[in-house]
Amino acid sequence: MTHAGIPRHGLALLGALLAALIVAPHFVNDYLLTVLILILYFAYTGQAWNIMMGFAGQLSLGHALYVGLGAYTAATLYVHFGFGPWIGLLAAVPVAMACGAIIGFLAFRFGVAGVYFAILTIAFAEFARIGFDHIAYTGGSGGLFLPVAQYTQNDLWNLRGKPIMFYYLMLAFTAAAFLLCQYLLRSRMGYFWQAIREDEEAARALGIDTFRYKMFAVMISAGMTAVAGVFFAFYYNNLFPEQVFHISRSIELILAPIIGGIGTLFGPILGAFVLTGLSEAMTELLHTLGIDVPGAKQVFYGVCLLVVVLALPDGIWPWFARRLGLARS
Amino acid sequence: MSAFFSIAGVSKRFRGLVAVDCVSCEVAKGEIFAVIGPNGAGKTTLFSMIAGALKPDEGEIMFGHERIDGLRPDEVCRRGVARTFQIVRPFPALTVEDNVMVGALLRTSDTARARETAHDVLRRLDLFDKRQREARSLTLPDRKRLEVARALATAPQLLLLDEVMAGLRPTETDRMVAILRELNAQGLTILLIEHVMRAVMALANRVLVLHHGAPIALGSPAEVTREPAVIESYLGAEAV
Repeated sequence: MTHAGIPRHGLALLGALLAALIVAPHFVNDYLLTVLILILYFAYTGQAWNIMMGFAGQLSLGHALYVGLGAYTAATLYVHFGFGPWIGLLAAVPVAMACGAIIGFLAFRFGVAGVYFAILTIAFAEFARIGFDHIAYTGGSGGLFLPVAQYTQNDLWNLRGKPIMFYYLMLAFTAAAFLLCQYLLRSRMGYFWQAIREDEEAARALGIDTFRYKMFAVMISAGMTAVAGVFFAFYYNNLFPEQVFHISRSIELILAPIIGGIGTLFGPILGAFVLTGLSEAMTELLHTLGIDVPGAKQVFYGVCLLVVVLALPDGIWPWFARRLGLARS
Repeated sequence: MSAFFSIAGVSKRFRGLVAVDCVSCEVAKGEIFAVIGPNGAGKTTLFSMIAGALKPDEGEIMFGHERIDGLRPDEVCRRGVARTFQIVRPFPALTVEDNVMVGALLRTSDTARARETAHDVLRRLDLFDKRQREARSLTLPDRKRLEVARALATAPQLLLLDEVMAGLRPTETDRMVAILRELNAQGLTILLIEHVMRAVMALANRVLVLHHGAPIALGSPAEVTREPAVIESYLGAEAV
């Protein structure tokens, strides 16, 4: 399931992928560039969610909470105080981590586990959605807007600029997330997380303070997800509680690692490519075929996901890795 | 001077049922001490209290100079008392090596050193050649040895074994007995709960017999099997 050491041809593959992603913007049109940004966004958030679920076995169905908190924190600081996004990031990450710590503390101290834990995470995301609807300071249900203008220059310090800047930024985040996850998975903490995921009682009997390590997983995952939230705010320039905190956001964020392979490092990336690629291809296909039935795309998309899940219950990556001779078994 | 490990007047009740009734014993360093008794005698309850999974209602459990009853399982393990589970609980998706590394990482944060420790332990448990296999693919005897290996990797001073022979064929039992003797010869103190008398007779220096939660005999394997009360509890009064 997990791949502690990446063999040499795996590294070559990774290098080729990174190189392709670096040069990609020069070969694609504006539309495809936005699709690529979306893919990287889901690869990144999927990687962050995977730390909790894939590594430590804690199912969160409310990760939109951390995206939203990150987005709102940075956007509020920008709109009301003129602090740039990087300062915002320094505030957004601790805010999300603190919130993750509260949820984790409540759940892990009082033995809320499994699906009940998942429900708790949904509940907190819903609290935030409803709560932000009523906070006038952040625009309430009417939304929070960042000033938009036509930019001729890319201003990385204020994250104002063209899509290509956001693309490279998200690529850097995704690469950093991959490296961080690889490091974590191979560290002592990674082993302890996997032990907790596999059998918490056995893990405890081996001297692991499971409360402590589950807290680390939630907080790291929340903090990483908040970074994507800051990106979200400055990329889309508008935030509505009904959108960012909505449960459908939490669900779409977990699809990439599930389809790609839970607990694997490549799963979230591969899953994001497959899912977003599939979704966009479906739109194109239906358009070309002249099918204009409302919901047709969603139905086809759903059927495709069903097929993948039934055929490859462990996700695409473990199967793909065996094909490439990258897996141990 | 305090004993290496001691239990004093430990009791545990589940509502009306007295599962363990005022049990006391001392285990000396370097000893193999067995707790036996018929089904429902309270062996597993006693074991769970030592390992931190249950808190005794009365009495105290001392390891060295420290009281360990009421501590969490992970705290008990960190103090040098490691356990195995009767129903083995390997980490199924992890390799045999990674299973044991989890244990070894308790004493070091350096994964390279933990891997060395794991390899060393796996060699002692005859599992080295299977180290890259996923734990779920192992046979029961291998899983039982993995259970011991993982506990051993936490570098315990006292090893608690919960029916580690259960379900093993006689040849496998002998293999496990040989391994445990070897570990004991290297200085490890072992407390085992066991059903398989063949193993108890071969291994234990001293045996505590429980019946309905209460101790009814304590002595060498040969002594306790001569006790009328023990024979009665196992075979019924007619056999005496």
